[in-house]
Formats: sequence, structure tokens, C-alpha cells
Amino acid sequence: MYLLRYIIYFTLSFFIVFGNAQAKTIVVKSGAKPQSLKEAIAMAQNGDTIVVQKGIYASHNTVVNKSLTILGKNRPVLDAQFKDEVLTVTASNVKIEGFLLRNSKTGDLRDYAGLRIFGASNVHVNDNILENNFFGIYISDSHRVSVTNNKVTGNNNRRQAGNGIQAWKSDHITITGNQVTAHRDGIYFEFVQNSHIKDNSSEKNLRYGLHFMFSNDNSYIHNQFKNNQAGVAVMYSKRIKMQYNQFNENWGSSIYGLLLKEILDSQIAHNTFYKNTSAIFMESCNRNKIYSNSFSNNGLALRVLSNCQDNNFTLNNFKGNTFDVTTNGDLLENHFAHNYWDKYEGYDLNKDGIGDVPFRPVSLYAQIMERIPQSVILMRSFIVNLLDKVERSIPSITPLSVKDDSPQMKPWKI
Amino acid sequence: MFKIAKYIALDIIKSKVVMAYTLLLMAICISVFLTDADVTKGLVSITTIMLIIVPLVSVVYATTYYFNAAEFTELLVSQPISRKNILLGKYIGISSSILSAFLIGVGVPVLLFAFGSTGIILILTGSLLTLCFISLAFLASVAMRDKAKGIGLALMIWFYCSIIFDGLVLVFLYALSDYPLEKVLIAITAFNPIDLARILVLLQLDIAALMGYTGALFQDFFGSGFGIVFSFGLLMVWFVVPLIISLRVFRKKDL
Repeated sequence: MYLLRYIIYFTLSFFIVFGNAQAKTIVVKSGAKPQSLKEAIAMAQNGDTIVVQKGIYASHNTVVNKSLTILGKNRPVLDAQFKDEVLTVTASNVKIEGFLLRNSKTGDLRDYAGLRIFGASNVHVNDNILENNFFGIYISDSHRVSVTNNKVTGNNNRRQAGNGIQAWKSDHITITGNQVTAHRDGIYFEFVQNSHIKDNSSEKNLRYGLHFMFSNDNSYIHNQFKNNQAGVAVMYSKRIKMQYNQFNENWGSSIYGLLLKEILDSQIAHNTFYKNTSAIFMESCNRNKIYSNSFSNNGLALRVLSNCQDNNFTLNNFKGNTFDVTTNGDLLENHFAHNYWDKYEGYDLNKDGIGDVPFRPVSLYAQIMERIPQSVILMRSFIVNLLDKVERSIPSITPLSVKDDSPQMKPWKI
Repeated sequence: MFKIAKYIALDIIKSKVVMAYTLLLMAICISVFLTDADVTKGLVSITTIMLIIVPLVSVVYATTYYFNAAEFTELLVSQPISRKNILLGKYIGISSSILSAFLIGVGVPVLLFAFGSTGIILILTGSLLTLCFISLAFLASVAMRDKAKGIGLALMIWFYCSIIFDGLVLVFLYALSDYPLEKVLIAITAFNPIDLARILVLLQLDIAALMGYTGALFQDFFGSGFGIVFSFGLLMVWFVVPLIISLRVFRKKDL
């Protein structure tokens, strides 16, 4: 028996040693052979490593069609010179690290990208810089792709900007620690399942910081979305987790911190909404749980249209918002409980931390604004304050169903 | 004229009412800034309070003082001083003391805690509002013979500007909501100095809520350089025109 086991070990170790000896490292250097990544890939075999030395290399759609580890040393530049894409990965088990990919072509018919990953799985893209590309990283028809610690900067050109990191019809995508700016949409997902977006920052993009459609079972955690021209928009998706994100300063008319359209069974928790024109806008959203978020200094904290049902708003903090909740009709079957509202003026006789009088977050003036937008001119006037006070004590116009029966006396620590 | 102004100003300072007003404003401003970490929010609160207190105190105090000093006015009229100079002297005396109360009470804390364009606009509008309502107080005073009636009228003016006018605007909006009223509304605000002041400060503060088409339109107008000049100009009109009218009335008034 022992002998048999030794023989097995011996053969195994022989294979491992032999395998290692097979995998070679090819160094790309300008001036020597191979001169470019393309030549190196042509020479390489599956499992090889290519190291690209510092320098500027023209790369007109170099296709990585073998399982390779491609490393950039001292950040070599791959430049498409506006003629084509920079790099396309079509093979599985590929790792790309340490490059600066720049100047992809822009086009109306094709989506040229800095780095395209197409029909591959197990691809890792780490620590690259992408500059001035039409699309930054474009993942399609792929599985188990991880995009980590890249810096993606677009061309900031309104007419010719693509998305920073785009994933289409893929699953198990992990996007972690990236910075995306000056693209059309920072991060865009369409038909993407079971993916995680974590610790990214998406700022100053021309449209949405994050945008996804028809992408179920994804999670978005610890991201920062700031100063995007239209905020964040998420649509037609189910079972989404959005937690610990920051939605800051998405400012201007028809700009939303978070726009939700037909989002079902999702959780929105522990997020911070600060200084947005509208922090959350919800349309046709059902069975969502919105809890432990902080809404401060927004124009409008929540705008919930009356086609939303069964949403739970609990344990949130509302501070310094011009309007806390607005709606266009009556909100049935949406529940508000245990939130802290800084506009609450009730009392707490038994000192249990919960106000004894229900709070109605929809103010009379918000209802008036709903009907007559021009009445914005009366904002913060004495009469409006007066009417709001009266309405709070004797509600007549504001929807009766929207109320928090257990408003907190003190803000939650979030 | 300036001699009268100086005399009146000294008299007012001696009376301690203005001192109390200064301290009140200062207490409000400092407590607002100290309790609220967010400066912008503090400025919003101060604006709301300022828009109620400043016109009220200015209009009531100026009227009361005018009537209390009626005998002094009669004495002055018997002297070889033109009536225009007498009234202007009174105006300068009263307005300078109330204005300085405002500047110390609101201006100093705002400059200390929230120095910036918003703070400066707040101080400017507040000062102009003070002057406007003293002018209106003078108009009320010269229009009425009786002290009670004069103060009543002054209070009515304040009541009209801070509550009734906006209420009417609201009713007007409800009644004619089918029509495009944006431009009309801009014109309507010109008829109320408090609204002018409110919109001027508001546009510096929470633009967030000025959403949609209407908000954008108002911001385009009032937020632009022309809009600011327009609103300040109208506030100046509200301060100068009542004063001129009261000068005319006073010149021919049988005391």
C-alpha cells in the first residue's frame, strides 16, 4: 500500500514540476524581440506569463485568446491611438495587471472599449489605469470576472462618452475598489446576475454614477456616488442589496440620488443620502425594505409614487430635508415605522423614546407644490409655515395613510 | 437735519428699547449658530426669524416713536426749519439706530459664523427690509392723526406683508392654476418687500427644493445678476417711494 501511495505522489510531483517547467515567462521590451504584446501572445502558450516592461506600445485591438497572465512592469502604456480597441480578452483564466490603457476609438455603430472581455470566464483585471477610452472596461457574455482597484477616467465629452465599467449578460462579476469618473455611466449593468459591486467610487460622470437594468440578485455595498450629473438609476431588477453606499451632492433639476423603477424585493439599508435634490425616487416598486438610512439636507428625501406597494420604511433618520416625503396620490400599504424625523414636534410622556402622537411626513405645502408647482415661490414664507402647523394638528388634505405611528424622539446612530 | 437726527438717535439709545432689540437678535443668532452644526441650516433659520421680527419691530417702533415725539415735532415746526428737513432728520435718526441694532444683532454673528456671499446677502436684505418698513411706518404715521390709529395701520401693513399677501398669492394660484403663471408671479412678488427679501436669500440657500420647470425658471430669473439687481432695486423702491410720499403729505399736513 505504502509503495502505491509513493508512486502516486511521485507521479503527481513529477507532473507539477514538469508543468512548471513548461510555463515560461516572456518579456516584452521595446527594441528587442518580442516588440509588442501581440507578438508575445502569438509566441505564448496557455499558462504562460507575459511581462511587459515600461514603455509606450501601440495596441490596435490586441486579442488575448490564450490563458495568460499579463503583467505590466512600471506601468507600460498600451495606446490604441484612436484607431480601434486597446485590448480584447476572449480566453478564460486570464489575468491583466499594471497597465495604462488609453485612447480607444469612439464610434456610433460599435462600442469600442479600453478593455473588452468577451465570452470568457475567470478573468481578473487588477490595478490598471484606463484613460480617455470610449468605454472603459466592457464585460459581455462572461462569468466570474473580477475587476479590482482600477482607475477609469473617460473623455468627459458629452457626445462621445461611453460607460466606465459595463457588464452585459454576465454573471458572478465582482467589481471592487475602482474609481470611475468622466464617463457616461460610471458603472452599468444589464442582464447581469449574482454580482457584487463593492468599495467603488463613481464621481462626476456625465449621466448616472451607477445604472443597472434587468439585473437580479446583485449587491452594491460601500460605494460612493457623488456629483454625477443624473445621480444613480436602477430599474427593472429584483432582489437587490444596496447597503452602506453614499449618495452625495447629486444636485439639480430632475437629478436623483437614487432613482428606483420597478425594483422588487430589495433591501436598501445603511446608506447615506446627503445634499441630493431628490434622495430616493420610487416608481412601481414593491415589497422593498428601506431601513437604517440617513437622509440629510436633501431637497426631497423620499418621493414615492402611488403605484408603489408594500414598501417598509423603518429606522431611518430624516434631518434637515426641505421635504421629507412627497407623493402624487395616496400611499396604500406602504409602512413607515420607528423613523426619526427632525420635524416631529410631538411628546413622549412615558419616556420610552417613541413619540406618543403619530407623525405625518407629507406636509401640506408638499401637497400644494404637487398640485401647483408655481407655489414654490412661497417656500419658507410665514403663511406656509402656519398652514403646515395647522395641517399637522388637524389633517385634511394630506394623505391619512402616510404616517409613522412610532416616531423616534432621538436620531438613530447610523 | 443732521442735528435733529443726532438728537433723536441719542434719545433712542437712551431709551434701551433698541438695546433690548439688539440683544434679542444677537441671542437668537448666536443660539441658532451654536446649536446647529450646519451653517447653511442656521442661515435658513435666521432668515425665517428675521423675516418676521425685523419688519415687525421696525414698523411698530418707528410709528410709536413718531407719535411719542409729536410735541417735539410741533416745537421744531415753530422753528425756522423746513418740514422736509424735520421729517428727514427724524427718519435718519430712527433708521440709523434701528439699522445699527440690526447690524450688530444679526450682522456681527452672521459675519463671524457664516462669512460668505450668502451671509452678506442676508445682511443686505435685512438692512433694506429695515429701511423699507421704517419708511412704511412714516407713511402710516403721517397719514393718521391719532396714535392708536397710526400704530394700528402700521401693524396692518406688517400683517398684510407677512401673511395676507402670501395667502392671497396662494388663493390666486389655486384659482388660476391652469394658466402659465410663472412670469406673473415674478411680477407679483414685486408688490411685497418681505417676499422679495425671502426669495433673494432663499435662492442663495436651498436651491434643492426649487425643482422642476418652475423652480428652474425662478432661479433663472432671480438667481441671475439681473434678477438680484432687480430685487435689490425693488427693495430700494419700497424704501424710497413711501418716504417721498410721506414727505409730501407731511409738508402740507395740518399738525
